[in-house]
Amino acid sequence: MDVIADGLVAVVKQDCPTCVLIEPILAQLVAGGITVYSQDNPKFPARMPGVRDDRELEASFHLEIETVPTLLRMTGGTEVGRLVGWEQGEWRDFTGIADLGEGLPAYRPGCGSKSVEPGIAEDLAVRFGNLPIVARRIEVAPLEDEIEACFERDWSDGLPVVPPTPTRVYRMLLGTSRSPDEVIGVIPPDLAPCTVEKVAINAVMAGCKPEYLPVVLAAVEAALIDEFCMHGLLCTTMFAGPMVVVNGPIAAKIGMNARENALGQGNRANATIGRALQLVIRNVGGGKPGGIDRACLGNPGKYTFCFAEDEAGSNWESLGVERGFAPDASTVTLFAGDGVQAVADQKSRTPDSLARTFAACLRVVDHPKMVMAGDAFLIVSPEHERVFHSAGWSKARLKEALDELLLIPGAELVVGAGGIAEGIPAQLADQTLPKFRPGGLNIVRAGGGAGMFSAVIGGWAATGEIGSIPVTKEITL
Amino acid sequence: MSDRIIMLDPTSEQTPARRQLLPRPESLTGLTVGLLDISKPRGDVFLDQLDKLLSGKGINVKRYAKPTFTRVAPVDLKQRIASEVDVVVEGLAD
Repeated sequence: MDVIADGLVAVVKQDCPTCVLIEPILAQLVAGGITVYSQDNPKFPARMPGVRDDRELEASFHLEIETVPTLLRMTGGTEVGRLVGWEQGEWRDFTGIADLGEGLPAYRPGCGSKSVEPGIAEDLAVRFGNLPIVARRIEVAPLEDEIEACFERDWSDGLPVVPPTPTRVYRMLLGTSRSPDEVIGVIPPDLAPCTVEKVAINAVMAGCKPEYLPVVLAAVEAALIDEFCMHGLLCTTMFAGPMVVVNGPIAAKIGMNARENALGQGNRANATIGRALQLVIRNVGGGKPGGIDRACLGNPGKYTFCFAEDEAGSNWESLGVERGFAPDASTVTLFAGDGVQAVADQKSRTPDSLARTFAACLRVVDHPKMVMAGDAFLIVSPEHERVFHSAGWSKARLKEALDELLLIPGAELVVGAGGIAEGIPAQLADQTLPKFRPGGLNIVRAGGGAGMFSAVIGGWAATGEIGSIPVTKEITL
Repeated sequence: MSDRIIMLDPTSEQTPARRQLLPRPESLTGLTVGLLDISKPRGDVFLDQLDKLLSGKGINVKRYAKPTFTRVAPVDLKQRIASEVDVVVEGLAD
């Protein structure tokens, strides 16, 4: 676009009554030199020579027009003054014409510029904005279905993805203040450098809204923390995949579900944030089932597994706070989770009884005879939490009770015990062993108001230094 | 506006943008070869010759035909071919 170096510049549209009102004034300014851009009709204003056609809105975009009419004064290629709308006194001072607009109303506000209409602004930024988007551009033939094209390029987890057009990706990037070219780490298994832009592309495909992007970025960063062992988690023949728990104010802000059906389908943020993480691992990292992902069975959470803790309704300390973050911090915690196992206890009304139920159900994580193999998350529903809270039990007290209840005599665990070959070495028969490594059991409150049900989410049977431990990352906007 | 749809590559861009052909087998030994007649005149002559050559080398051959060359193959036929053979040779022109 050629820049008007000197003189007056006006941007108008015929659809704006104020622009129509000042039509004769613009004609009056022709003698002194004025360049007029018209956003909707190059024949408007009438009777003016050389109106510039800005239906593509390129000039409006570059001149950052938000309201029409806008009158600018340029000197040496730089803007030195700007008026918006019609205010007779201002226009007279600006132009130095003392009787400008004689007989017109003294004041009329302008109208919105076409260049800032919803959906248009992002398109213009993509077309004219010199965006720092550098991903390879893949052209889809006009007769090709773009969603099918994504499947054929192997970019999908098996469900349709949203085609990552430049406009959608640009809109997604508006969800973070981070630069698109920032490298947030290398993604296993290919150890490919991953930029904020690549995460945004995959977040588009997963169906995220831009305001979810900071959560997705934090989840990807958490997955790259060494202790989480994402590479091993991907390669394992076992079941697990990354489960994401969101804590802090962002969960409510982006409308995450922590209540009814919190672990199930139906909430866009829950569904797409977990999916975006998996798509980053698939597409940027190259981790695909049958390739590096060697899962024997896998689990449905490998499509997506993300939910928020119900902090608003909870009497307990949140997972984020337990893990050392401030109550007003927003965090993601990643866990190598297997899947959801029901804990149905509708009769326990004392904490002792209900803790025993929990312990019995937790005992079977990975295998009833395995100890310190995998960690676990216990998701406690409101009706179950009430049993503990009304008896004055904190989350920490419940954990202590469970640790005690889950001390198991080695004789029950050794190879061959109970007629089961699986088990720990025979020489440990005299010992008493904890089901979970210290700190291996985590408790989160979530779920609907009705139902004396909780859930055990067993973890990958490789924890501690030889496998994955839960990791937490603060979410930054 | 053009009809072109541009998508941004979500991958690490370590493979070519243009989709690649599937890798070709180095040998047909032990594989089953499908011969697909698209029902254009004399396609059968070409495929009969191939059948003779391949069968003569002890390679397992299965024959298929599209109902008409004017339309894409029916789903059922595509699924049968995909599940029964390792390699397909198609006679395209007359």
